[in-house]
Amino acid sequence: MSAIFLTWSLGLAKIFLALAMGIAAFRVLRGPRAQDRVAGLDALYVNAMLLALTFGIAAGDTLYFEAALIIALLGFVGTVAFAKFLLRGEVIE
Amino acid sequence: MPYESFLIAGLLLPFVGGCVAALLPTNARNAEAWLAGTVALIILALLASAYPRIVDGGVIRFTVEWIPDLGLDLSLRMDGFAWMFSTLITGIGFLVVLYARYYMSPSDPAPRFFSFLLAFMGAMLGIVLSGNLIQLVFFWELTSLFSFLLIGYWHQNAQARDGARIALIITSAGGLCLFAGVLIVGHIVGSYDLDRVLASGEAIRAHRLYVPGLVLVLLGALTKSAQFPFHFWLPQAMAAPTPVSAYLHSATMVKAGVFLLIRLWPAMGGTQEWLWLVGSAGLITFILGAFFAVFQQDLKGLLAYSTISHLGLITLLTGLDTPLGQVAAIFHIMNHATFKASLFMAAGIIDHECGTRDIRRLSGLWRSMPITASLAMVAAAAMAGVPLLNGFLSKEMFFAETIEVHDNSIVDQALPYAVTLASMFTVAYSLRFIRDVFFGPASTELPRTPHEPPFLMRLPAELLVVACLIIGIVPAMTIGPILHAAVRAVLGSTLPKYSLAVWHGFTPELLMSIVAMAGGVAVYFALRPYLLSGIEGPPVLRHINGRRIFERVLVTVSWRFARWLENILGTKRLQTQLQLLAVFALMAGLLPLPVRWAVTDYGSASGFDPVFALLWAVGVSCALGAAYQAKFHRVAALMLLGGAGLVTCISFIWLSAPDLALTQLVVETVTTVLLLLGLRWLPRRIEKISPTERSAGTIRWRRSLDFVIAACAGVGLATLAYVTMVRPAPDSISRFFVENAYTQGGGANIVNVILVDFRGFDTLGEITVLGVVALTVYALLRRFRPAPESIPIPEQQQAQNVYDDRHPDRQKGDTLKDAMATPALMMALLFPVIGVTALFFLLRGHDLPGGGFVAGITMAVAFIVQYMARGTIWVEAHLRVLPVRWMGVGLLMAGGTGIAAWLFSRPFLTSYFSYVETPVIGSIPLASALLFDISVFSLVVGATVLMLIALAHQSMRSHRTPQAREARTREAAPMKPAK
Repeated sequence: MSAIFLTWSLGLAKIFLALAMGIAAFRVLRGPRAQDRVAGLDALYVNAMLLALTFGIAAGDTLYFEAALIIALLGFVGTVAFAKFLLRGEVIE
Repeated sequence: MPYESFLIAGLLLPFVGGCVAALLPTNARNAEAWLAGTVALIILALLASAYPRIVDGGVIRFTVEWIPDLGLDLSLRMDGFAWMFSTLITGIGFLVVLYARYYMSPSDPAPRFFSFLLAFMGAMLGIVLSGNLIQLVFFWELTSLFSFLLIGYWHQNAQARDGARIALIITSAGGLCLFAGVLIVGHIVGSYDLDRVLASGEAIRAHRLYVPGLVLVLLGALTKSAQFPFHFWLPQAMAAPTPVSAYLHSATMVKAGVFLLIRLWPAMGGTQEWLWLVGSAGLITFILGAFFAVFQQDLKGLLAYSTISHLGLITLLTGLDTPLGQVAAIFHIMNHATFKASLFMAAGIIDHECGTRDIRRLSGLWRSMPITASLAMVAAAAMAGVPLLNGFLSKEMFFAETIEVHDNSIVDQALPYAVTLASMFTVAYSLRFIRDVFFGPASTELPRTPHEPPFLMRLPAELLVVACLIIGIVPAMTIGPILHAAVRAVLGSTLPKYSLAVWHGFTPELLMSIVAMAGGVAVYFALRPYLLSGIEGPPVLRHINGRRIFERVLVTVSWRFARWLENILGTKRLQTQLQLLAVFALMAGLLPLPVRWAVTDYGSASGFDPVFALLWAVGVSCALGAAYQAKFHRVAALMLLGGAGLVTCISFIWLSAPDLALTQLVVETVTTVLLLLGLRWLPRRIEKISPTERSAGTIRWRRSLDFVIAACAGVGLATLAYVTMVRPAPDSISRFFVENAYTQGGGANIVNVILVDFRGFDTLGEITVLGVVALTVYALLRRFRPAPESIPIPEQQQAQNVYDDRHPDRQKGDTLKDAMATPALMMALLFPVIGVTALFFLLRGHDLPGGGFVAGITMAVAFIVQYMARGTIWVEAHLRVLPVRWMGVGLLMAGGTGIAAWLFSRPFLTSYFSYVETPVIGSIPLASALLFDISVFSLVVGATVLMLIALAHQSMRSHRTPQAREARTREAAPMKPAK
């Protein structure tokens, strides 16, 4: 029973997460402001991280969690870099 | 006695001495002279002790295997000829060192001079002692190099720099020709070993590559010995200090060319080509050199042209292609070295004591320096070929040889007359040297009052002149055995008959000598009015200046031609270049299509997954958006690129390639930061295109063309990738890696084992390249000139500064501080977290996804985050980031782990692994490859951080702009106490 539940919920989660990525990508594409695009990119990263986690749960392999960890850690760095660039006009001053 | 080890000791000693000499203090003239003199004397002693071994045709050999697979050994070989040359090199070297001690002024840096001189001595010994042709060429080029350095010793003097450059270009170009020639000879013989080459003369002469090989070898020899038409570098080289001229440019280095000719004569001589090429070069040089020498007004210039002429004489003797000619050539090499070195020393003494070497200003020096005058006179007489001096003996041999019939052509028949004519000029310039300098009224208005030099400065010249006299009077007893040994080494056991007697009776050659003497005196007095007129150089011919022609050619080739090519092929527009590149790549990709147009097996795309398709829709739209926005909105394009990159990473994860995904993710992040850093400095987009330049139609046409090219390239690449991926992979080397990664490399992560173990040498090369790239980026950015509009601080900062200034309760920079308060704290806390992650990836990389590269970039990100949070100044005040040191440690460690394998007598970079039992954690796999991985890590951290920081430091510029400096001084001014 729980196996079926897991399969279904994982499948749904993947689809929803992929949809969420599509919506976030739309924000990145459309803007209209640069700030909207940065927020969209950050959402894209978060969704990708969650997607990697669902893969991990489905596969039962811890390696996916590391990928998720890296996306979480470094996605943040990218967002900060963009934010800093928009705020100050340069990333490192 | 182990003579064999003497050879290598004698060869290494000058180089070791040169290194020691370079380390002594600048003013240690005495210590330097002692050191160099001792080195020369030790080698002389070694040579003397080896004399009995070589005197009867014996050969001393010393061989060390170097690359036995290619038949290359370090091979030293000393026979009588090499012995004679070595003795000449070290003997005159010793005298020159003694002379230089007094010649060089205390303000000249002594270590440079003596270390170069010693190193040159070693290189020259290397030429004559080489038993292998490749090795000979190596030392040959080394002498060119040290000659360059010694000519340019007074590098503050433009003439010295020019002379050095010309000499280097001519002689090293000749050296390259020689190298090619040697390769041809080696190809014909099948070995570069000198003994085998000398033994296979028949094969060489009969081979169809004989003529190209001969021409190339001759180009090397003739440039080195300053033969026509390459003679002009030698007079230019006279800008060197006189000891250098005496040593390199009369006694030894310029003799290397004739040495090689005589050495290779048994193998390559004895043909019409040899006779004509070598003989005519020698004859022309002999005559022209003697003619030009008469008209020189500079003492050293006269001696330089006379050296050219005498080298021509020796070349002519070799070129006459007879055994007796070689005997006379060898004999004249020795004689010329003795009298010419002493003449150069005398010229140097005159220059040193009078302050000038212009013959027009010198006169009557006999009164003030009688001993030097007598020395110079005896040496000049030997040069002219006066009886009872050594020059006479070899000149007689030379005349006798020219009378002999060779190929009985017109040139051959005219030869005796031509050489007698040239000898007249020889006598004339010798006479001019003596009479114009030492006799006549005492010269006035010299920069210094002439007087005798110190005894020890004169001693070397005295010893050489005594040698001229002794050899000239009792040749058979003194030089006879040495000449015999040398001749025997060159010609083998069948020696021609030659006699070293002073008196041969009334022979044609004696008549030629007498005619030359009388004619020379007559020529001198006939030309005297012209010479006194003070014009430099001979009539008419002085306008043909070899040096000027050479420089014009050089300028044409290296500057005009380059500019012309640049005009034709170059473009300053990046777009055009990229377009060409893309089109070329596209064409290259399409080229094989007609051959195998039909791709039969398109495979089958199995298992359609809606999530994956959705993901890809996101990725593709991001990529397209990035391409679209690249022109109009750079930041947006960068973000879209990030989105596309992310989807790629997720695809890697989906297709179970977690380590690829890891690497791609970290690279993605670093690239984003890097591009953002660069974005600040990009010039603003030019919105308007001037309508005069291009109409709207052409713009549209160009853009659509670009679009078509881009679309074709993109679609083509995608198709190619798809077709490749859906087909079954051919059985390649990957199976080997999969099977052996764990058993032989001790790691379960195959990619990592390949990188650090199987292909460790590749990785070593790659990280070296990465280091070089990082340093290059750093060096280029130091000279970075940004577009004028990106020099001031960005608009946002300006606005925020204005806002801060307007409010009295705020300080400049408060906006930034407020905005960054929380993020900066978070980012500071992230440093250890990212650091631990990096360490984790590094340590477990050998068995699970990770490794030095990923870990290195992750660590670099940790540093960059701190820079972003707090700014360059704060970070560098609190955290010592030394990227160059990280890189250095990485490279050294990588090399070290490779070399460590040698300690266990394994090949370079062999790795070792085992399991170590630890108390708590249990059994840990430990491989020496981990050390290598750590060095990769260290280098990657250093290189990445160096590049990013170099870019980040550009922002410090705004603090250095004139406006900023002005503002700072305005702020600081009221603080100063009023006076």
